[in-house]
Amino acid sequence: MSGKKRIVKELGEITSSPPDGMRVRLVDESDVHIWEIFMDGPEQSVYSGGTFRLVLTLPKDYPFKPPILAFQTKIYHPNVSNDDKGSMCLGMLRSDEWKPPNKILAVLNMARNLLVEPNPDDAVETGIAEQYKSNRKEFEKTAKDWTKKYANAKK
Amino acid sequence: MDSDDDMRSVQSSDDDFMDGGDSPFSVDDDDDSDIDLDDGIGFEAQDKDIYPAKKSYEVDFDVFGPEQIQAHQDRQVEEVSNILGQPTESTAILLRYAKWNKERLIESYMDRQDEVLEAVGLGSDANVPRKITKVKGFICDICCEDDADLDTFAMKCGHRFCVDCYKQYLSQKIKEEGEAARIKCPGDGCNRTVDSKSLDLLVGHDLHARYHELLTRTYVDDKDNLKWCPAPNCVYAIDCKVKARDLMRIVPTVLCKCGHPFCFGCTLADHQPAPCALVKKWLKKCEDDSETANWISANTKECPKCGSTIEKNGGCNHMTCRKCRHEFCWMCMGIWSEHGTSWYNCNRFEEKSGHDARDAQAKSRQSLERYLHYYNRYANHEQSAKLDKDIYLKTEKKMTQLQVTASMSWIEVQFLESASQALQQCRQTLKWTYAFAYYLARNNQTEIFEDNQKDLEMAVENLSEMFEKSVDQLAGLKVDMLDKTSYCNRRRVILLEHTANDLKAGNWEFNVTLT
Ligand SMILES: [Zn+2]
Ligand SMILES: [Zn+2]
Ligand SMILES: [Zn+2]
Ligand SMILES: [Zn+2]
Ligand SMILES: [Zn+2]
Repeated sequence: MSGKKRIVKELGEITSSPPDGMRVRLVDESDVHIWEIFMDGPEQSVYSGGTFRLVLTLPKDYPFKPPILAFQTKIYHPNVSNDDKGSMCLGMLRSDEWKPPNKILAVLNMARNLLVEPNPDDAVETGIAEQYKSNRKEFEKTAKDWTKKYANAKK
Repeated sequence: MDSDDDMRSVQSSDDDFMDGGDSPFSVDDDDDSDIDLDDGIGFEAQDKDIYPAKKSYEVDFDVFGPEQIQAHQDRQVEEVSNILGQPTESTAILLRYAKWNKERLIESYMDRQDEVLEAVGLGSDANVPRKITKVKGFICDICCEDDADLDTFAMKCGHRFCVDCYKQYLSQKIKEEGEAARIKCPGDGCNRTVDSKSLDLLVGHDLHARYHELLTRTYVDDKDNLKWCPAPNCVYAIDCKVKARDLMRIVPTVLCKCGHPFCFGCTLADHQPAPCALVKKWLKKCEDDSETANWISANTKECPKCGSTIEKNGGCNHMTCRKCRHEFCWMCMGIWSEHGTSWYNCNRFEEKSGHDARDAQAKSRQSLERYLHYYNRYANHEQSAKLDKDIYLKTEKKMTQLQVTASMSWIEVQFLESASQALQQCRQTLKWTYAFAYYLARNNQTEIFEDNQKDLEMAVENLSEMFEKSVDQLAGLKVDMLDKTSYCNRRRVILLEHTANDLKAGNWEFNVTLT
């Protein structure tokens, strides 16, 4: 299928020059469809100091269907589902917004940008989004606590 | 009701659809206020002598087949095409983009033509025909192939991809996502709509057929006054002006040409007299309580006198134990003879005296009992309708056989079919009267309702019972059966008119809030 060549190319590009604060590898060397990403919490964000493990799954119809991105590390964020899936599904990750030329690199950068600046208007966790908008202090406190607790932040 | 008014209302609803009148496109939906509940008749005015005038529970509607839908769509496109001075192909794209809201499209087109055209991907030069070509040094941004003889395609926007990728993209949109009217260029961030000329160039025959089917579907889906008949494989669409906000006051029941009666509001099978919101609540409740409720609607029961097992084999609730000949009512297990005269206490749940409701346990037991009372009757009519149908089909077959073997003189069996149809329809109504009654707050009106329910139920059981007669007896009962059939139908009309009138007037009090 058309997907393989494209995936290998993308993987090569990302592993040879990984985006800022990220380390990318295959979960299993024999399966190019499942990627593992370690993402550092951006300096200027409440997730700073933490390291988050994400799994990116490419559907068999990739790139005609979008990748599926999931936080394996628990994170307090309006755009990440607070359940055992930890899924992030907005913007280009939605099948009606995804376009086949979109790249995984762009997906990862979008995810990282969302750590800096959450999008409460397109939230999966509406409660957290509400808090983010109306009580930023409280939001930041919990997000930092969770980062310490689950994402190994030092202090 | 004034017959001139009737004619006008029927006429105008026809015009709206067939000649592209205003109402299907009305820009601000909320302006053209409530439907006129007292206007119009259910049938063509000239057929007035043949058909009865519209009942208060009936609504105006039309049924359209695929050709009519297509023809109407084409006419709309042509008309708007003349106004905008755009080719029909582009006009179709514009109309679909505007969800067939003609006024809004024309208005925004007049205000800011370039912007609108750009938005739907019809910006300047859009009509230059596009070709499949090979391009030197091309690398497909989707599959990363770079063969020199790669076939490629791009629309006016210039987002070029290999033909295989373009095809797969379109195929996924059409086949899996069911999209047609609003497929965008695969290019990153590009909003240009894939026009059907480009599509013709790229996709094969099967996809092409599906694409046009979907285009027609979006036409119906986009319009509030049109809905597909939900019957499996049915190709008809219903045109009805009842709006979502009217559903508290009316149960818009329509009959498709395929014979399927359904509610235009929620597209579930005919659920008169219960309004959609109650139906939704009731079905949810039945689902939640199905385990507790199921045991009671089982197919067998024990005779209340001798205890031997009795299986229900017809729709009739009048049971006779084979062993001891005890006659009783299937629903309440009470003695049948008592039903005969004072008929039927069995449709009403007697609220138990308050004192044992005091402790919570008794209360919840009573509320379950109350629910089961109504559920049992609801489920019973559903099941009886099936049994009625079975027995009718068997009877009809036997009769035909008898006539063929000439042991019986030929009689017209149409009356059996009418009786069977009446039973089906009345049981469907009765079934929903129990869901309706479950949510009714008790007051004076409830009693009239329950009387009507009781009368219809009795009429139905009397007719249903006829089918248990032997075939040669039945032949001689034609007149009796016809009488009972029309009595059933009359009782149904009375019940539905009563409930519909009071629903319109907002006179029913429910023990839940309808939302
Ligand atoms: Zn484009
Ligand atoms: Zn390609
Ligand atoms: Zn139909
Ligand atoms: Zn309904
Ligand atoms: Zn009874």
